Amino acid sequence: MLEVLERIARGGLLTEPVPSADAVRREQERLQAALLEVLGRALCIRHVDAGSCNGCELEIHAMNNPYYNLEGAGIRFVASPRHADLLLVTGPVSVNMEEALHRTYDATPDPKLVVVVGDCGACGGVFGESYASLGSIAKVIPVDVTVPGCPPTPVAILQGILGATRKAPSRGRQT
Amino acid sequence: MSPTPPPVKAMPLLANVRGRRLLAPEHGQWTGMAESMKAGGAQLLALWGTDDRDRDDRFRIYAAYLLRDEVVLVEHALPAGATSYLGLGTVFPVADRLQRSVFDLLGLRAEGGDERGWLRHGSWPEAFFPLRRDSPATARFRTNSVPYPFVAVAGDGVHEIPVGPVHAGTIEPGNFRFSVVGEKVLRLEERLGYTHKGVAKRFEQLSQSEGQRLAARVSGDSAVAFSWAYCAALEAVTGVTVPARAAALRALVLERERIANHLGDLGALGNDAGFAFGLAQFLRLKEDLLRANAQAVGARYPFDFVVPGGVARDLAAESPAALTAQLRPLEQAVLELRRIYDEHAGLQDRFREAGRLERELAGTLGALGLAARASGIGRDLRVDQPWPPYDRLAPKAALRTEGDVAARVQVRFDEVLESIRLCRVLLASLPEGAVAVEVPAAEPDRLGLGLIEGWRGPVLIALHAGPGGAIRRCHAHDPSWQNWPLLEFAILGNIVPDFPLINKSFNLSYSGQDG
Repeated sequence: MLEVLERIARGGLLTEPVPSADAVRREQERLQAALLEVLGRALCIRHVDAGSCNGCELEIHAMNNPYYNLEGAGIRFVASPRHADLLLVTGPVSVNMEEALHRTYDATPDPKLVVVVGDCGACGGVFGESYASLGSIAKVIPVDVTVPGCPPTPVAILQGILGATRKAPSRGRQT
Repeated sequence: MSPTPPPVKAMPLLANVRGRRLLAPEHGQWTGMAESMKAGGAQLLALWGTDDRDRDDRFRIYAAYLLRDEVVLVEHALPAGATSYLGLGTVFPVADRLQRSVFDLLGLRAEGGDERGWLRHGSWPEAFFPLRRDSPATARFRTNSVPYPFVAVAGDGVHEIPVGPVHAGTIEPGNFRFSVVGEKVLRLEERLGYTHKGVAKRFEQLSQSEGQRLAARVSGDSAVAFSWAYCAALEAVTGVTVPARAAALRALVLERERIANHLGDLGALGNDAGFAFGLAQFLRLKEDLLRANAQAVGARYPFDFVVPGGVARDLAAESPAALTAQLRPLEQAVLELRRIYDEHAGLQDRFREAGRLERELAGTLGALGLAARASGIGRDLRVDQPWPPYDRLAPKAALRTEGDVAARVQVRFDEVLESIRLCRVLLASLPEGAVAVEVPAAEPDRLGLGLIEGWRGPVLIALHAGPGGAIRRCHAHDPSWQNWPLLEFAILGNIVPDFPLINKSFNLSYSGQDG
């Protein structure tokens, strides 16, 4: 136990502050403020792999590491779409996952947001469209924000999530 | 025992490892080879089919067998017009799912096997076989999923828990059907194929030089292993030898891929046993490694670093020193965390005896890679059949015999430390020179194999060349095919709440299996 505590103390706090030096970071800060205002530090995310190669999932995992510390920003991953405000979807949509994606979307209460992570979810990527792949997520469910990349970095995914929350009030009123 | 089959014709095998290619045109030779391979201690590594009706009116079935010191590829041409062959499921249990997939993709029925669909969930018509040459790559169908006939378990108090395909964690999709009494698991049946993206058909639309990008995305956590396997297969059919510096850099990123995945799993295993400290600590180490990757090779996950003929770019001048300097603190942190894991009573209580897979069963089921090495089967391609640069590195294979979650944790620790050593040697002895050479188009009809020991186990790419630099057929095989069935046995008698932990201790690929 002593060793565990010692290691925690020695490791210190790794979480990186959001610096305000450049435009992207300033935008991020603004979005974070909007996030706090809109969702009151309680954005719940349900991740859905609609047919990904698992590369994007690795970077989604990374958002929970001590450097990005997503939970510290009030964002957490939940086990059921029924608890979620936002679906974080990776693709392409395989035909074998189309129904599950629809059902997950339908099970998520309104108002809801959809953020697509990765090139495959954006356009089908290297897999394209075929008998087995429907291509982009937007062909199956409405999408708010798309984060390109193969895979996108954790910072890019975070920016996408924050970008979607900024759109939340208008969509919320519509639904 | 079947009668002695007639002799088969042998040919050299084009591959990055030692091997033979055998032609077995008769049914008896096909099954006879399987039996003699089994008797010789071989594992069935992969099974795939090709539509050669445009050539000689035949379909062909290929089986790749893995022996300790060589790979044997058996080619079985079906009689003209025939669409069935003798199944190998009674000799090698793993053949069952492979044969079901061959049927779903090519319409070739294995006699004597399970006839339920595996990759086809009803989303394309029963009479459409995507890998047949007359099936257009652009075909689209209306999705229409059909119920899957899970095997039912009956008895007092037995009930079923269906899980998936969308899981509670941030993981890939698959369906698990638990039959339980109270909390105890009586049976687990997996249904996979949800992420089937038509990889094999897609390969045929790409050129030989483009294929690596798709291979890297068969299973994203094994991008380097699959990229290298693809390039090794292409280099084998074109007779290209990559420069020594390129081979060393490939091994460097492969070992870093192994370290990154093991670190992530070690953290997640701690977390699944209620020790969040482990997750935070290991994910921190993993992030440090990924950031160093971005500095050294231009990407946190170097999907497209290994390319035909070598690697996409050389390391920056300062990278070898920077990467080397990072290894020592990483090693010290891993040793320290290993001590903490080993001495943590609560953690060991969850790890030990959980999800146990005995050596004999692991052997029967054809376990591969780290799961096999945790159950006393000391196979590792880097050790058994070293290809450059492993032939000069003398890598050591991890080996544990207990076969439980604790053993799979220990194998990961051992492998992280060994990979750190390999990285250190590679960085200290980087050969000078070019990092890539030109790769010409392969002669049509050549067939080559690339086998690479990825972090999960051996991955295979079989590349059939077409004319003018085209891909006639490309088959990718992930060791998860072999290891998913292990999980169905390892969970037996355990309680449902231990499933996430046991599942994570194997951490198998859905995408790699589904294809």
